Amino acid sequence: MNLMDTARLPDPRPADRWALFGIAVALVGLWVVGLVTLIFLILAVALLIIWIGLPLLLAALAVLRWLARLHRRLAGRVLGVAILDPYLPLPGGGPFVRLRVRLTDRATWRDLAWLFEVLTLGFALQLTALISFPFLPLGWWGSPLLLRMDAGITRLLLASQDERLHQRIDELESSRQDTVDHSAAELRRIERDLHDGAQAQLVALGMNLGLAEELVTRDPAAAAELIAEARTSSTTALSDLRSLVRGIHPPVLADRGLAGAVQAQALAHPRPVDVDIVLDGRPPAPVESAVYFAVAEMLTNSAKHAAAQHTWVWIRHDDGVLTAMVGDDGVGGAQMTAEGGLTGVQRRLAAFDGTLSVASPLGGGTIVTVKVPCVLRVSTAA
Amino acid sequence: MRVVLAEDLALLRDGIVRILTAHDIRVVEAVDNGPSLLKAITEHRPDVAVVDVRLPPTFTDEGLRAALAARERIPGLPVLVVSQYVEQLYARELLSQGTGGVGYLLKDRISDVAQFIDAVHRVAGGGTAMDPEVIGALLSRHRDDSPIASLTPREHEVLSHMAEGRSNAAIAAAMFITEKAVGKHTNAIFGKLALEQSEDDNRRVLAVLAFLDSSPRS
Repeated sequence: MNLMDTARLPDPRPADRWALFGIAVALVGLWVVGLVTLIFLILAVALLIIWIGLPLLLAALAVLRWLARLHRRLAGRVLGVAILDPYLPLPGGGPFVRLRVRLTDRATWRDLAWLFEVLTLGFALQLTALISFPFLPLGWWGSPLLLRMDAGITRLLLASQDERLHQRIDELESSRQDTVDHSAAELRRIERDLHDGAQAQLVALGMNLGLAEELVTRDPAAAAELIAEARTSSTTALSDLRSLVRGIHPPVLADRGLAGAVQAQALAHPRPVDVDIVLDGRPPAPVESAVYFAVAEMLTNSAKHAAAQHTWVWIRHDDGVLTAMVGDDGVGGAQMTAEGGLTGVQRRLAAFDGTLSVASPLGGGTIVTVKVPCVLRVSTAA
Repeated sequence: MRVVLAEDLALLRDGIVRILTAHDIRVVEAVDNGPSLLKAITEHRPDVAVVDVRLPPTFTDEGLRAALAARERIPGLPVLVVSQYVEQLYARELLSQGTGGVGYLLKDRISDVAQFIDAVHRVAGGGTAMDPEVIGALLSRHRDDSPIASLTPREHEVLSHMAEGRSNAAIAAAMFITEKAVGKHTNAIFGKLALEQSEDDNRRVLAVLAFLDSSPRS
């Protein structure tokens, strides 16, 4: 999860030495801009006693934000992390509304505090770094260090106060996207399966019966043959529908819950499977289904690739976390690939903040662990 | 013959009643939910109960549970369970009581009317009728060193027919061979699986099923 999120953010790589030099030049140059912004701000506040001060202040605040954004990006490049904007969203509306929102946004006041810092201490650091750049070894080691210090202070003052919240939002956004993609793909698959399977067979069935109806008096033998054929295609249609239904939501899962359904899955497995499940209730239906399909996928993988003699499933619910483990004594060396079934399972689990991890040393068997935080519902009906 | 039928979908209920009636089997009561099934069985004591797995009020395996409960109450009561899907787990539960008079078939099989009527008669007579899908899965699930691996393809075929609950005569008819040839295959199978031969068809089927169900765990 975290890896994926970082990859989505801009410029995660730290800058190299030449880029650092360029950044130092830019930072020193920006000092002038910072100074002008400060003067602009003071002027605007002073002019607030006449009407012209209001638009000026709005403009000055916009410039301040632009400058802060630029510094966030530069500091982000120096540190090799993304520093996100902390601002509240600006609503539409008149200048008074916008000014009120800006002035009540704590980020605006932190920007202001930062402006004083960057014009004094920040500038001192930047300038020292720039000047010492050509002098080895001081510049080789010292300048990047000074720039990093400066960037660190910038980050402290300008970064969103709750990075974890932002990270969480990113996680949710990406898992939601995955879930939406997954459901859309599933619906397309179901539509295709129905169209090419049961629907087509029912059409054939209807045609055969229609023809048989015509033939029944003229050629009873041929009619009987067509009717027999119609019956065969009804059987095939049913069998197609059955496997489709199993893929959507296996009936035994509805009947018996996770424990029963995994037991049934184990019975259908080509090799003996030890099932050890203790659950005092049922997880929410979507979690139950996701974990069931996760276990089913892992069992299928084990049967297909592991060449295992012994496979086991272990499921428990402790401290608000449902843990399902599937292990075997097979060849090991299992890996998650981008298009692999386990990746699909992981995406599906992510919607519930579930995680999937694989331990599979070469020759040492495989253990796949799935963890999903959830609450068990104690059912009165068996 | 008197039958109690439990099926909640009216379309299918009427269809099954029509098929049974057309073959001189009297449906004494057709119900559409689990609790009524138990009541009807206790009241009518039918020769066989034909039961759909999924029934109201829970729309889960209500029918199967009711059938198992009925057999607890009336030991040996013949029950033929039909369903849109078959589960090894349910087959095992039905067979676990160790007595005959049990059937478990996909609803698809009803469309082969002659076979279905045969299954109803067989179960009513204390025999077994297991869906080929159940048997197929049981047969494919064995270790490489299981005696099942040593069966010839022909014997394999005979074994699966036998496990479905068919008599020697029926197997002969299905495979287009003589009853005597079936007997020969049967002997060979029982020898290889080290099972005790029994003259009683029903006991023989149960022995085979027990063997198949336990073999992967041995």
